[in-house]
Amino acid sequence: MTMTPWWASESLWRKMAIWVTAFMAVVLIFLTFDTLAKIDVGSERVPAYSVINQRIHYKFDRQRNRQMPVIGSEAPLFGKALSEAEAEALVTLGKTTVQAKNCMNCHTLLGNGAYFAPDLTKAWLDRAWGSEAVRESLMLAFLQDPEGNARTFGTGRKMPNLGITEEEAKGIVAFLKWMSSIDTNGFPHNFKSIAQEETP
Amino acid sequence: MTVGVLDNAHLNGGQQLAVKYFCVSIVLLVAQMLFGLLAGLQYLWPGFLYNILDFSVNRMVHINAMIVWMLYGFIGSIYWLLEDESGTTIVGLKLGNLSFWVLTGAVTLVVLVYLFIQSGAGHWTSLWFINEGREYIEAPRWADIGIVVCVLIFFFNVAATFMKGRWSGISGVLVLDLIALAGLYLAGMFYTTNISVDQYWWWWVIHLWVEATWEVLVGCIMAWGLIKTLGARRKIVTTWLYIEVALMFGSGILGLGHHYFWIGTPEYWLSIGGFFSALEPIPLVAMVVHAIYDSGTHRFKSTNHPALAWLIAHAFGNFLGAGVWGFMQTLPQINLYTHGTQWSASHGHLAFFGAYATINVAVFYLAIQKWRGNVWMGGDLPDKGRKWKWSLALQCIGMLGMTVALLISGYQQAFIERAQEGSSWYGYFLAQSHHWFVQGMVWRQIFGVVMVAGVALMIWDLLTIGKAETRVAAVPGGRDDSDEGDAMAAPATT
Repeated sequence: MTMTPWWASESLWRKMAIWVTAFMAVVLIFLTFDTLAKIDVGSERVPAYSVINQRIHYKFDRQRNRQMPVIGSEAPLFGKALSEAEAEALVTLGKTTVQAKNCMNCHTLLGNGAYFAPDLTKAWLDRAWGSEAVRESLMLAFLQDPEGNARTFGTGRKMPNLGITEEEAKGIVAFLKWMSSIDTNGFPHNFKSIAQEETP
Repeated sequence: MTVGVLDNAHLNGGQQLAVKYFCVSIVLLVAQMLFGLLAGLQYLWPGFLYNILDFSVNRMVHINAMIVWMLYGFIGSIYWLLEDESGTTIVGLKLGNLSFWVLTGAVTLVVLVYLFIQSGAGHWTSLWFINEGREYIEAPRWADIGIVVCVLIFFFNVAATFMKGRWSGISGVLVLDLIALAGLYLAGMFYTTNISVDQYWWWWVIHLWVEATWEVLVGCIMAWGLIKTLGARRKIVTTWLYIEVALMFGSGILGLGHHYFWIGTPEYWLSIGGFFSALEPIPLVAMVVHAIYDSGTHRFKSTNHPALAWLIAHAFGNFLGAGVWGFMQTLPQINLYTHGTQWSASHGHLAFFGAYATINVAVFYLAIQKWRGNVWMGGDLPDKGRKWKWSLALQCIGMLGMTVALLISGYQQAFIERAQEGSSWYGYFLAQSHHWFVQGMVWRQIFGVVMVAGVALMIWDLLTIGKAETRVAAVPGGRDDSDEGDAMAAPATT
């Protein structure tokens, strides 16, 4: 038997496996601290929950070459300005409901989930709601009776009745409004919002 | 001890526990198939089971049954090789049995709640007792805690048995990997309203399981499997395993970044995630080379033809499904259009099948051989091996067919919904009703039925193979630290 060359030796690759794994894990942990600080609620990328008191629209950013959420003037949800704590409670109710009703196994949120129903990332800004004036009431009505208010655009796919209460529906709308303000690096691409201000 | 007869006396303690896991694993595989068929049909007939078993329920059971049957297969596989690899008896067999029944009871209860209660009010109790509503890890919190306890018992059994017996390269990697695998699950066990933070940690579980720790786990099983089926030399197999760990974790840990493009996380993830995830196919290529090299040096002479065939299907399937299909959409420049479309479904189907279903099936065949008293499972089977060959072919054809059909639907969706229509809901539905998209969904269903036929045939084969057999398998030897059983091989290093 000839000697195993150094580059094929078991001990070299054992050391390599350990060091590479350890190094990559340390880098990931470092990046995790940095990222978590940058996506905290109230940061530049992920606005505070009270953003639901303001108008959210979309604008094409020439410098970054993508659509960016823009926080505008006062536009309280359901006509009532909420404190930071109240806003957090309402968005939390919405997020909890979104999980409890298993929305993610038909829809995608931030593009993750199932593909049987449309993406909810920018649901608040979608043109399907017609105009900003009627959006809130249409969303509330739809969530409470999705079968009766179904618009299937010819696919026949309808959201099932999930027994969503009015309070839960308000929470979901608040959650969707808040989520639409997150800076998602331009996803979904080329989105034309209900409140589009400028196109490329 | 009679050859050809199913008898627990043929098995060591760990293996007796393992076959219990394998049996439940196959039951859950059947559930995955059934609910996959139902969910697929709902794309074609949206009114089918509407408000009774909605798509969300069927799809959840489909993907959860998959995760759990694969985990059962992995746990079983490790219990299977434990006594053989450690050279001693399992430390906590009673505890292991207890944990098996607790876990199986919990899984049954979770599935019944999914099916009959389905969803709850927007209150934390729903997340604790019904459904957590986060894709792949929907199990309610009480079950999470139960899973962690059972995994800790499993880990104790594995680590303590190796400590009592002897360590090897394979078992060292295995135990360290299990620590990571169990620890990562904790990252998914909390609630936060901040969806960006939620998805940040959620991917720690999903990605670092599926694209890192699971891959290394199957690397260990593969290494052991090649020694068992081919009599491959341990030194070579272990060196390959280290190479794979270095490449897998070297690319896969930061490859996590390809899930951080669009969830609110900073822009630097576009570069980091794009670069490292593009490297992820490399270890999978290494695995193909390794498997083919070992098979070739042994001229495909194996003691268990179906198991070896499935191991090779694993090597190619892992490379094609996880490697190629993943690479196709991993760079942010394309992912911006394909993220959250049927492209992902296409990749998901082939990757899970190629990387994980195949290797579990290989171990099932190794197990049934031993369970029947190390029965002959080489060439020249009574039915000429028709059942296992056809079931392998049907499953591969079914899966590839589904994958390509979903990809075609994905093309339509990405082009129409994203590129043309600017990702609006109108654009979504326009794409979903496009006749090319619908055709893709029809073909997916047809190939899904082919897949199910393959699985049914495989279960029949597993129940019957070696039944009337009187010949004993020619074994290439157990643990071979020496080069015994390797006379056929003439690797470059000798």
